[in-house]
Amino acid sequence: MKPRTKFLVGATIIVASVTFLIVSGIKETGTYFLTPTELAQRTEADPTFYDVGIKVGARVVPGSIRRDDAARRVDFEVTDGQHRFPVTYVGLVPDTFTDANEIEVIVEGKMGRDGVFRATEVLAKCGSRYEAELRDADVKSS
Amino acid sequence: MTLLGQFALWIGFFTGVWAAVVGFSGRWHTQPGLAASTVRSAYALAAAMVVAALALWKGLISHDFNIEYVAAYTSANLPTAYVFTAFWAGQKGSLLFWAVVLALFGMLAQLTTSRRHQDLMPYVAAVTGGVTAFFIATMLFSANPFERLPFTPPDGRGLNPQLQNPGMVIHPPMLYLGYIGITVPFAFAIAALMRRRLDTGWIHAIRKWTILSWLFLSVGITLGMWWAYVELGWGGYWAWDPVENASLLPWLTMTAFLHSVMIQEKRGMLKRWNLSLIVATFLLSIFGTFITRSGVIASVHSFTQSSVGYFFLVFLLAVGIASFALLYLRWPALEPESNLESLASREAAFLFNNLVLVGIAFSVLWGTLFPILSEWVRGVKVTVGPPFFNRVNIPLGLLLLALTGIGPLIAWRKTSPANLRRQFLVPSAAGLVTGLVLGALGLRDPWVLVALVLAGFVLGTVAQEFWRGTRARMRMYGESALLGVVRLVNRNRRRYGGYLVHVGILVYFVAFTGMAFKVTREVTLSPGETATIESPYGHTYTFTSLGVSQYAALNRIVSAATLEVQKDGTKIGVIKSEKRQHVDSFGQKTFEPSTEVGIRSDLREDLYVVYAGSIGGTERANFAISINPLVWWVWAGGVILVMGGLLAMWPGGRAATPTGRRTEAQAGFETQLVGAEAG
Repeated sequence: MKPRTKFLVGATIIVASVTFLIVSGIKETGTYFLTPTELAQRTEADPTFYDVGIKVGARVVPGSIRRDDAARRVDFEVTDGQHRFPVTYVGLVPDTFTDANEIEVIVEGKMGRDGVFRATEVLAKCGSRYEAELRDADVKSS
Repeated sequence: MTLLGQFALWIGFFTGVWAAVVGFSGRWHTQPGLAASTVRSAYALAAAMVVAALALWKGLISHDFNIEYVAAYTSANLPTAYVFTAFWAGQKGSLLFWAVVLALFGMLAQLTTSRRHQDLMPYVAAVTGGVTAFFIATMLFSANPFERLPFTPPDGRGLNPQLQNPGMVIHPPMLYLGYIGITVPFAFAIAALMRRRLDTGWIHAIRKWTILSWLFLSVGITLGMWWAYVELGWGGYWAWDPVENASLLPWLTMTAFLHSVMIQEKRGMLKRWNLSLIVATFLLSIFGTFITRSGVIASVHSFTQSSVGYFFLVFLLAVGIASFALLYLRWPALEPESNLESLASREAAFLFNNLVLVGIAFSVLWGTLFPILSEWVRGVKVTVGPPFFNRVNIPLGLLLLALTGIGPLIAWRKTSPANLRRQFLVPSAAGLVTGLVLGALGLRDPWVLVALVLAGFVLGTVAQEFWRGTRARMRMYGESALLGVVRLVNRNRRRYGGYLVHVGILVYFVAFTGMAFKVTREVTLSPGETATIESPYGHTYTFTSLGVSQYAALNRIVSAATLEVQKDGTKIGVIKSEKRQHVDSFGQKTFEPSTEVGIRSDLREDLYVVYAGSIGGTERANFAISINPLVWWVWAGGVILVMGGLLAMWPGGRAATPTGRRTEAQAGFETQLVGAEAG
């Protein structure tokens, strides 16, 4: 074989591996990112969707946050203006998760058949009036 | 001052446009006066932008809260150092910072480039001027840092507490310097294409600039990791967030270029690939700004979503199409001067290294854009997170690490099997011994074992390279070992600086493996209560709460929770973590409370304590306590990498050969030297 052909074989193997890793990675780790309305439509159409891990982006309903600090548990409701549902989360929430204002959150977890979303992760986007713009500043919890 | 700043922006804008129009019109080919004018515009532009920068700084330092930007990012009680660095705390100031530095870089490029490349310089000025003009235009038409408010607030809103951190003061400018530095090689690439200077000579003009911008990107990324680690309180330093990915992408393609350009210098191959990599790197640096500013991708990083993002999208598309069209027009003239002779050659190793780097970049880009792509194609947003990026990039990263060790062991053009055996013996043994020792110590995680075996292999390679070179000098010139190694490095700084960078990279890899053994516990402690955590090394750490205290500091009210730490029953110190409520000069609360993480670091592991708030106003408090192994080594890897990079680009050393690439006789000389050593 000419060196060029050998190289092309090697290159093809690398390109194929990268493609395989990307495709299989997305298939196995991809998570739906839905609004509460989309989630409601999906669970209505297909009840097995309750068991699928998803992410939901929504706003926290003002005044709905109930904290049980001793159990490190937070219950709150989220909405997109049309649908709303309760979320329960055990763990430490980030600094920006506050009752003070209408904050945007991304909750990751599963929707229970009882209509309560059990979150394994809560990310809060700072929506306060001071958030003129936070360079790189963000908030994470995990 | 805002009037002056505004005026300077307009002057800068027209100067940049002038440089771009005259430069690209090509009229200067026949009119030397126009050529000189284009080049001089780079200086005028730099002067105008410095005036604009000083005007904004003046507004910040004098607390002129009538300026919207000053009111939005500073307050009267903000420490002066942060007032100064608030320059790049917001989008508008960042754009100005970018334009100023680019203008200065454009001027430096004119000043420092050898006369040999004089025929390229008007085009270089046209590109740097045009790009600067674009940045000025975004300010003038969308995000003007000199905008005044209709009223004067008594105090500003203050700087976000998470940005009040020394790491954050230098992290953004370092990253910007990297992004901006890429513009200069891009300008030369476009100039070479326009001028049909398609040999390899012009590559020498950008050698330092490519290493410089790569170095700034590396420092910026590492400082970003450090900032995320000490400030964000989620216990890690890299989360594969779109904003982080955006900074990694140009770094990956630039790293690929730094390797593949050597093939062009030595063998005259890969001209098309190298030009494509430069253009891609530049586009990725603009792309990064676009995705972070436009809000098209959901990131937990909260940037202002503004129309500026779409300025960048249009610019990205226009520059991308124009650059690749130009490249396409010159395609036939970019024939390689030689061909790949053997798979067992350094060229082949570098080619594979390039493929892997670009593969990693592609997967990161794909994963970052996947929410948008899936919504377009399938109508539903699907996101991928750290599990995806780790799954794809751990195997690719390890392959890259292996190539890091293999590349330097193989000669240019081709290597004989006997030579291969001789070269690989020591490094392979080093890797094998590493694996056996760690296996005997009880390490079982397969990925970690592979990573550490490869790290041993790479270290073996670098050590062998230094040793052989030094030994050759000791024999030939009778130098001592110390003098030999100093002269060896000094004679070929780029090569040995590069090896040092490889050591930095392998230290990063080793440090990354530590996170596989991270331990986290969330506990609730009253004063006097204890929590016990077993470290991955088998130590038992005991944390005893010493209670929560409250006090006021310069611009904040602090609640500090303190834990006493015992390691295997012996007290080793206390760790304090704080909640800070920032206030303005009237005592009004600004921002939400922020957490200050408590970290105790040593060479083996970090103790990482987050005070997550008190319960019902008592001293009973929630804590998240993590033990993060090997984190110290991430920062150590960064320092080694920077030292290597600085060494590689240090001025002086061996002069470049005028023809631009070493002749084949010289390449053969290396092989002879290796052969002579064997005998």
